Amino acid sequence: MMAQIQQEDKLNLAPKKFNMWIFIFTSFMLFAAFTSGFIVYAGGGKHGLDFKLPPVFLYSTIIIALSSITMFLASRAAKGLQFAKQRLYLWLTVALGTAFFAIQIYACWVLLISMKIYFINPNAAQSFVYVFIWAHLLHILAGLLLLINTLIRSYKNVAQVKNLFNMQMSSIFWHFVDIIWIYLYVFLLLNQY
Amino acid sequence: MSTLSVHDHSVAHHEDDHGHHHHKETFISKYIFSMDHKMIAKQFLITGITMAVIAMILSILFRIQLAYPDKAFPLLETLLGRFAPAGRLDSNFYLALVTIHGTIMVFFVLTAGLSGTFSNLLIPLQVGARDMASPFMNMLSYWFFFLASVIMLSSFMIQKGPASGGWTIYPPLSAMPKAMPGSGMGMTLWLISMVLFIASSLMGGINYVSTVLNMRTKGMDLWKMPLTIWAFFLTAVLGILSFPVLVAGVVLLIFDRSFGTSFYLSEIVLNGTQVQPFEGGSPILFQHLFWFLGHPEVYIVIMPAMGISSEIMSVNSRKPIFGYHAMVYSLIGITVLSFIVWGHHMFVTGMNPFLGGVFMITTLTIAVPSAVKTFNWLATLWRGNIRFTAAMLFAIGMVSFFISGGITGIFLGNAALDINLHDTYFVVAHFHLVMGSAAIFGMLAGVYHWFPKMFGRMMNERLGYLHFWLTFIGAYLVFFPMHFMGLDGVPRRYYAFTEFESMKQWLSVNVFVTWAAIMAAVAQTAFLFNFFYSIFFGKKATQNPWEANTLEWTAPVEHIHGNWPGDIPAVYRWPYDYSKPGADEDFIQQTVPLSQTMSSNLPHDFEDNPTGLEAHNKWVSTQKSNEEVK
Repeated sequence: MMAQIQQEDKLNLAPKKFNMWIFIFTSFMLFAAFTSGFIVYAGGGKHGLDFKLPPVFLYSTIIIALSSITMFLASRAAKGLQFAKQRLYLWLTVALGTAFFAIQIYACWVLLISMKIYFINPNAAQSFVYVFIWAHLLHILAGLLLLINTLIRSYKNVAQVKNLFNMQMSSIFWHFVDIIWIYLYVFLLLNQY
Repeated sequence: MSTLSVHDHSVAHHEDDHGHHHHKETFISKYIFSMDHKMIAKQFLITGITMAVIAMILSILFRIQLAYPDKAFPLLETLLGRFAPAGRLDSNFYLALVTIHGTIMVFFVLTAGLSGTFSNLLIPLQVGARDMASPFMNMLSYWFFFLASVIMLSSFMIQKGPASGGWTIYPPLSAMPKAMPGSGMGMTLWLISMVLFIASSLMGGINYVSTVLNMRTKGMDLWKMPLTIWAFFLTAVLGILSFPVLVAGVVLLIFDRSFGTSFYLSEIVLNGTQVQPFEGGSPILFQHLFWFLGHPEVYIVIMPAMGISSEIMSVNSRKPIFGYHAMVYSLIGITVLSFIVWGHHMFVTGMNPFLGGVFMITTLTIAVPSAVKTFNWLATLWRGNIRFTAAMLFAIGMVSFFISGGITGIFLGNAALDINLHDTYFVVAHFHLVMGSAAIFGMLAGVYHWFPKMFGRMMNERLGYLHFWLTFIGAYLVFFPMHFMGLDGVPRRYYAFTEFESMKQWLSVNVFVTWAAIMAAVAQTAFLFNFFYSIFFGKKATQNPWEANTLEWTAPVEHIHGNWPGDIPAVYRWPYDYSKPGADEDFIQQTVPLSQTMSSNLPHDFEDNPTGLEAHNKWVSTQKSNEEVK
């Protein structure tokens, strides 16, 4: 028991995990600012979203929600010392995350453009859609890097304290980017006309 | 027995840690890419001072233009080249000067220089931690700040000069690279620099919050923290919540500038002929996003100065701070209120008058916590055993500026009066006193007070007095007359407003203000000499030169990695036990247990501690019966 406390103290893991929570607050404020900007802009009355969201966003939402479930299963496996299972679910999470990334890219570089909804647009409400997606994809990218880092380290037989710490860090962040996308999706749904 | 074993264990652990770090310390890891919070604090301080001197020189340059709009100074051309053709300041360069002066002072000196220095130095030392939560992030925070400073200054080297749309960079001026020379490359560099700056600020802030909440030593509950820590903590919270919003605003601005979107731009004709392809955007949107950061930002600037002054005034009045809880709650009040007042910067943007009224009420509400703080400072001084150290003078000066600058805030917060006063010199006078001078004085007070902690030597007190009086008088002489100019309707940021017939009479005042500014600027050499000389040749400091209670003065004078040799001291009492009746000395450090100060203990020292109260009552009754025997 004593030794364990000392170990924690030396690695400073709890404060570092707390850093991640605070970082999530800063990210949340960023998206809050973008969506408030949208509200202020659309509230000006001249422009709105003016199109119906294509169903592809529903598919990507389902995929990212699934990835949260696999992330949860990976965390549970790590806690139960089932490392093979942990790696499997991590792989699944990374795969689902990558699929989400690809779908979002397809949605904004191919689909929206084919719908004649451009980034450079006199109706900035439509430009905002791109900004939401890009800012979120940047977070997805960071989340994927974090996941891959955790995955690589899980193959290197790190101490279980570190392994759990890595898992917690990446799962906090991954669930957060998941929730942010759901927030953005619902926000866009509510504003689509 | 069990405490003993804990003690042994951590000593052993620490010595191991200590030796390990000494082993690989090189010049680069000690002085450049240092991860030690004390060294990072010094890096922030010296970079901050350098930036402050640069910003001050910029202000003197534009003051010369304001005082002598008709005169040519050949020396200026020699020094500035194309920015001062024929010895007269170029009008675009004038705008760049006010813009960069504002940017550097607000962000680089009073945000990074102030919070960066003192949060880094004091948070681990005053809460009793070995270092920050993430020393690596802390190091990155400094180097992002350094890079941001270099990029900001590098904009003086480019052909068209630095950004010049004002430190608030309102679009459309800032969004259209062709709008004016300063909107081109200079603006791009400004934006890059600010993005790096925000990254630095966030990394710092995240660390400060995490360290305060997670790494306090044994016994240091939140209500035993010095007010400095409360102030730094709440400042960091403000930064974390507001800087990301500026990022959002800046990102959209970059899209408008470089990609051709229309977030902020609509129907604009440039130079009377070139119709721009934008439509439908709203420049007011940027103001909302900017001021949602911008207003908390002014509290980010002033709250650390408040915390520092509270601490210094208590130490040097040899009295507990008056109303410790009220001080904390008023800081929290300011923190919360600061997020719902941003609209008072936008009263004249065509805002709905009802909304203006709401913002007016929230703005005026801030007077309440501000007044609570002011009265508490005055009550702390009241009948104190005051030691007028240089730090104490600057702390009192901070209160003075906060009062005289804060009062005009009540005028400006009024939506109706603001129609007249908006963008006049009244505003300039207001914020230079309440946030500029007050925050700078708080920062200087901190430098004088914690210099022995930073460098192990003392600063010269006499030079400190000289510096204080010249700066204090100079600042009032500079900013006080500006109120009257503002009431007369003189607009800010104008290159040569005395050319207007109706404002000609202000020329003489401008000359006076400029000479006062030059005097105050020259006075800073007393500080700079004192600072750099004392680093190397100052009198050696003792461990606790001000006889203060807080934890940093229990750490050895020599800086060691991990701050304390052996165990981190535990804390048993609040930090303001000065001149406690019945105590042997007029200060009792936080590390002194109540059991060692039986004669000065009071029943309220034992709230939530019934065993202690029992022991205390027993001791008191024994004393009484002893008295009776005598």
